[in-house]
Amino acid sequence: MPESLPADSVGLVQPQSLQFDQPLELDCGRVLPEYELVYETYGTPNADRSNAILVCHALSGDHHAAGYNSMEDRKPGWWEACIGPGKPLDTNRFFIVSVNNLGSCKGSSGPNTINPETGRYWGPDFPIVTVRDWVHSHARLADALGIDQWAAVVGGSLGGMQVMQWAIDYPDRLRHAVIIAGAPRLSAQNIAFNEVARQAIMSDPEFHEGYYLEHDTVPRHGLMLARMLGHITYLSDEAMRAKFGRELRTDQINFGYDVDFQVESYLRYQGQSFVDRFDANTYLLMTRALDYFDPAAEHDDDLAAALAPVTARSLVISFTSDWRFSPERSREIVKALLDGNKSVAYAEVQAHQGHDAFLMPIAQYMAVFRAYMDEVAAELEEGA
Amino acid sequence: MTSAIDRRPDLAIISRWIREGARILDLGCGDGTLLGHLRSSKGAGGYGIEIDDANVIACIRQGLSVIQSDLDAGLNEFDAGSFDYVILSQTLQAVRYPDRLLEEMMRVGQEGIVTFPNMGYWRYRLRLALTGRMPVSSAAAAPGEWYNTPNIHLCTLADFEALCEDMGIEILEMTAVNSAHRSNPFMRTWPNTLGEIALYRFRRR
Repeated sequence: MPESLPADSVGLVQPQSLQFDQPLELDCGRVLPEYELVYETYGTPNADRSNAILVCHALSGDHHAAGYNSMEDRKPGWWEACIGPGKPLDTNRFFIVSVNNLGSCKGSSGPNTINPETGRYWGPDFPIVTVRDWVHSHARLADALGIDQWAAVVGGSLGGMQVMQWAIDYPDRLRHAVIIAGAPRLSAQNIAFNEVARQAIMSDPEFHEGYYLEHDTVPRHGLMLARMLGHITYLSDEAMRAKFGRELRTDQINFGYDVDFQVESYLRYQGQSFVDRFDANTYLLMTRALDYFDPAAEHDDDLAAALAPVTARSLVISFTSDWRFSPERSREIVKALLDGNKSVAYAEVQAHQGHDAFLMPIAQYMAVFRAYMDEVAAELEEGA
Repeated sequence: MTSAIDRRPDLAIISRWIREGARILDLGCGDGTLLGHLRSSKGAGGYGIEIDDANVIACIRQGLSVIQSDLDAGLNEFDAGSFDYVILSQTLQAVRYPDRLLEEMMRVGQEGIVTFPNMGYWRYRLRLALTGRMPVSSAAAAPGEWYNTPNIHLCTLADFEALCEDMGIEILEMTAVNSAHRSNPFMRTWPNTLGEIALYRFRRR
């Protein structure tokens, strides 16, 4: 609990929600007849809302990107490092919208909300949505909020994929695309990790083909395993060594299979606490959305052709120790933008934190991000 | 106050060599002075490659397309013939394989432009002849003693032209200037002795 709110925090925020009654046609061929999107906003819109920025979240993220929902919150939003007064996404200058994706378990329509047609939990019957579906639903949120064109659409990891899709599908509706620790598509290795995570969930006896809520249970063990695996891939070898080494929990090994090493204790804790705040069907769905994202596929695997409609200027950032979404993957995006003669800046930040680096206030990362957003803000002032 | 381009007159010479609206790749673009100048004076679009963190930020602050990358890793991300000019300003002497980089410049660009400190400059010759000590170039972007200078591949105009000959590179234009980046008739007559900094524009023969 924060005893007092830090000065560079957006402070107390409340989520809002909007109900959409216009059916949403999905990539999978199904239609969501109606849905709800939950979002938070930070900062103040200017008269023509040209200072609006959309923040897209990653796999286990949500709309609560900054500040605190109550004084009892132990931690601020997931991107507190970047959003707030004086931070790269400066709430003194920008109006920031952070939306929870469809299929999530954090408020927007998803597997753990009620299917209005049946009056029961959607559960595994919630359609598998794609990055493109999300972006289409975000565009309707922008319409509802009176935002014609975002100053920037910003996101890390899976969020970065949404930024790319935004720039492809709605080129006129964003001036800048900020793609952090992203990738133009997952590698086989990445899909493989996702598959193991899904198998862990689906092979849990409490999974019940996804209808676990109707059995008053959750596949705790499977979801925990999935998160433990994911967590390993978000950290680098170096970061784990620095954080845990081979440190023991007690001062000796116990010749058993309970927790001996600190790293085991940490992973179990991460896995268990994740189960309390996340839904297994959502985990399946989000990993599938990651697997399916591949804008180049419709263009004979030519990413430059896929990005041809892009008019936004782009900033691409990667982190040296990120092996889940490695710098090479970001460079594929940069190359494709460059081949299309698009404006793009690329920073490869030295960081030992692995994929998780995009959530952290690393000095060079913050400096690059701030420098770029200063330019975005300067354009706004020129325009006004 | 002088502008950055006034402090680097070699950049003014380069910019005279570049035609309007050209597509440029600036290798080792530093804080983006040249790219920014070419954008405003020539309407030239282009990309800079830079490895230094602070320089990358300086470029981003100007809204330039900068790509953080190591030149020694090559230019294989760039397609053949994708730029009108590939510029290497005060960097040739600091890369591990200058010949390979020149080859890459020829592949990626229609024309190449390089500038480097001329080790044939008479003061350097004199220092080596009289004191037996290696010259320390004040004209190079980052001077230093032989053991700590980033300038690991020093050459003279004659050396560079011999390499061009070997590599089938046609020199289109050459200018030699002093450390204030001025030229004079003597320098034009004896560039390898009187010129401190060499500037070349070239293409594949």
